[in-house]
Amino acid sequence: MSRRSRSTSGRVPLVLLLPALLGLAFLVVPLIGLLAKAPWSTLPGQLFSAEVWQALRLSLVCATAATVVCLLLGVPLAWLLARGGLPGRSVIRAFVTVPLVLPPVVGGVALLLVLGRRGLIGQHLDAWFGISLPFTTAGVVVAEAFVAMPFLVISVEGALRAADPRYEEAAATLGAGRWTTFRRVTLPSIAPGIVAGTVLCWARALGEFGATITFAGNFPGRTTTMPLAVYLALETDPDVAVVLSLVLLLVSVVVLASLRERWIGGLR
Amino acid sequence: MTLYADLRVSRGSFGLALDLTVEPGEVVALLGPNGAGKTTALRAIAGLLALDSGRIALDSTVWDEPPGAFRTPDRRPIGVVFQDYLLFNHLSCLENVAFGLRARGVEKQTARVEAARWLETVGLSQYARTRPRALSGGQAQRVALARALATDPELLLLDEPLAALDASTTLHVRAELGQHLRRFEGRTLLVTHDPLDAMVLADRLIIIENGQVVQEGKPTEVAHRPRTDYVAQLVGLNLYRGNASGTIVTLTEGGTITLAEPATGPVHVAFPPAAVSLYPEHPSGSPRNTWPAIVTGIEQHAHTVRVRLNAAPAGPADLLADITTAAVADLHLTPGQPLHTTLKATEVHTYPV
Amino acid sequence: MVRRTAFAVLAAVAALALAGCGDDTPAASSSSGSSATPTVSGTVEVFAAASLTGTFTQLGKDFEAAHPGVKVHFNFAGSSALAKQINEGAPADVFASAAPKNMDDVKDKGTPTTFVKNTLEIAVPKGNPGRITGIKDFADKDKKIAICAAQVPCGAAAEKVFKAVGITAQPDSLEQDVKAALTKVGLGEVDAALVYKTDVLSAKDKVEGIEFPESAKAVNEYPIATLSEAPNPDGAKAFVEYVLSDKGKAVLTAAGFDAP
Repeated sequence: MSRRSRSTSGRVPLVLLLPALLGLAFLVVPLIGLLAKAPWSTLPGQLFSAEVWQALRLSLVCATAATVVCLLLGVPLAWLLARGGLPGRSVIRAFVTVPLVLPPVVGGVALLLVLGRRGLIGQHLDAWFGISLPFTTAGVVVAEAFVAMPFLVISVEGALRAADPRYEEAAATLGAGRWTTFRRVTLPSIAPGIVAGTVLCWARALGEFGATITFAGNFPGRTTTMPLAVYLALETDPDVAVVLSLVLLLVSVVVLASLRERWIGGLR
Repeated sequence: MTLYADLRVSRGSFGLALDLTVEPGEVVALLGPNGAGKTTALRAIAGLLALDSGRIALDSTVWDEPPGAFRTPDRRPIGVVFQDYLLFNHLSCLENVAFGLRARGVEKQTARVEAARWLETVGLSQYARTRPRALSGGQAQRVALARALATDPELLLLDEPLAALDASTTLHVRAELGQHLRRFEGRTLLVTHDPLDAMVLADRLIIIENGQVVQEGKPTEVAHRPRTDYVAQLVGLNLYRGNASGTIVTLTEGGTITLAEPATGPVHVAFPPAAVSLYPEHPSGSPRNTWPAIVTGIEQHAHTVRVRLNAAPAGPADLLADITTAAVADLHLTPGQPLHTTLKATEVHTYPV
Repeated sequence: MVRRTAFAVLAAVAALALAGCGDDTPAASSSSGSSATPTVSGTVEVFAAASLTGTFTQLGKDFEAAHPGVKVHFNFAGSSALAKQINEGAPADVFASAAPKNMDDVKDKGTPTTFVKNTLEIAVPKGNPGRITGIKDFADKDKKIAICAAQVPCGAAAEKVFKAVGITAQPDSLEQDVKAALTKVGLGEVDAALVYKTDVLSAKDKVEGIEFPESAKAVNEYPIATLSEAPNPDGAKAFVEYVLSDKGKAVLTAAGFDAP
């Protein structure tokens, strides 16, 4: 108690506090609405149904797989944008952010046109390797990675730009080649940016609907993720939809809350 | 096995043109004001900057020779201590020191053992597991030195190694650094703006101003026989040019100085500020060089005050005198005040231009 | 039977118009032979099932031509989504559903009238690359199949059909509305989908249709109704009448719908 009254930074100014509280309310009230409308009496029965767990497991697996794909491709891409010294960087960056502004369904259609059975690349994948992405779990991962990657790339690129290049110089004078420097010096210094980007990426992938249902279709156990299950449940049984939404909400909150602030804030 | 560096770099209106060599076991100090080009020279030798023309080579191995030959820093056998140390904050002190070894392919365990030995050498064994952030300035400097020396480099580069330290730490860190450098068998190039660093640590001084070398030699030589005003001021001397005729020197810019020993022809005349005394009235006694002067500036140093005076037309127009703080009070020194200055002829040194 | 109801409505409206208003022009009510209720104005907000997109858009244009100054605005979506929106208070004047169930879900409405029926048909990409011959192919694991999810009307109908034929379908995707299934066929992503006859006709440049006898087992009846909370009740009534009129029927039948 005495610690608070002796704070040297002063109280939060009212002109910031009011809009902040309003913003918080705006985000929190719909979630409270979900909780309030939940069918608490029938909840336990519905909660433990096979379809709920199936959809949840698929959602978590696909979102995580998509995030891994985004990391493997996105971090090098971010490095290329920040340090590659390429001409036309701003054009490339604009292309990278396109999935952010594209309606997800349009993204799904675009993926079909390229990777579908008759797609530009998809037809060759099918003919030469027998690989077909639509209607498969891999297709879900592709669709989710497509919409979520910009978050990771932008985050990591920002962190790279802010990183102090002098440490990389120091590493070079100690005999570290470019890859060693990247691995042992650059990556650790941008770790908070990577963590923040990964979290955003995972959350976005988890919630993806339009691109998934268009590209990967909908089939329980294979491509029915939680958002799809919620949407379809809404057609016939809104209560089930609310239950599914609550489960997804709970899982997301647990994952995000368990991320220690220091991993996002910095290695202090 | 000499390091040859013939450096030509231009950045906009600034041009660096510098030749230097460093022998094994030698400590060479590159001394000059900020903007003189010393850091540019160091970065070029480290490979962090490419030459526009010239050549850097260790014996027959070329490090940089435009247009074709260029070795990146990781391929040069160097160790660098940076002004801000640049210790890796996410690694412990031990891992920092071991970094260079591991980067050059030494196996992890061996590298750590060697790193521990180096931490011992700089007296910081107990900080092996500590993160750099928890260290004081002096401790960080020692870890940075250990890190640079751990790879047993052919050339050690130090960029303003004591600049980030406070006055009290600097004294004993400088002394310790001196010991390490004397023990080090490789070549050392030290860059600094602090003449005391150069005097204490270096075997040889190279004084650089505006990208050009203005004087080179052993520290004591340079201190006693400065060739430019900057050098004179740097090592704290009054320096003038004049024409000597017997024991009288007529200064080029006006005024005369009486010497103890006769000389002839064009000469440099130098004497330390401490040799100048100030009196409120014309003094009696032996000094031959007595000039009325006006105070033009007062500068506080650690234990003395440096006073700038204009002693024209009898003496030099720009004269430096070092006096005690008490004397300042006694004289009620203020700019514009008229005084009398004296200079003992025996404290004046001359040498040919 | 619907015809008689329609005529009764027409007669009642005409009678009201002649008796109640007083500023009407008798000429207007007798010239077209269809509804022509006096002073239809403003905007008519129509919520219609996705499968009615093409036909209703045309009907809307015709209605606007017949009633200058009136604007018809459409909201096409899955029937259950529309029913939900209406129950939540969306300002709709008319609701046309792809199944009676969704119409039943809507609480405050006038008496619904079935205005068309729709039969299922197999849609395959042009050229039938999957070599689909009939409904039994829907049980073939090796073929890429899309059907509607059971929760949507065309999905419920599909289930009825499969039961009647006695096969277990092996779909690769359960689409959330019939247009999505159709799109997948058009893109060549699936070998076949079970959609409505009207959908096959609407995409005849990309898609071929294969009829099958068991489709008669699961015919979808489409009801239409005005809504009690309609902001424009006159406009609502007028539009419903137009849909039920001969002109309306002509447009609907041309698109492949069956008469009710």
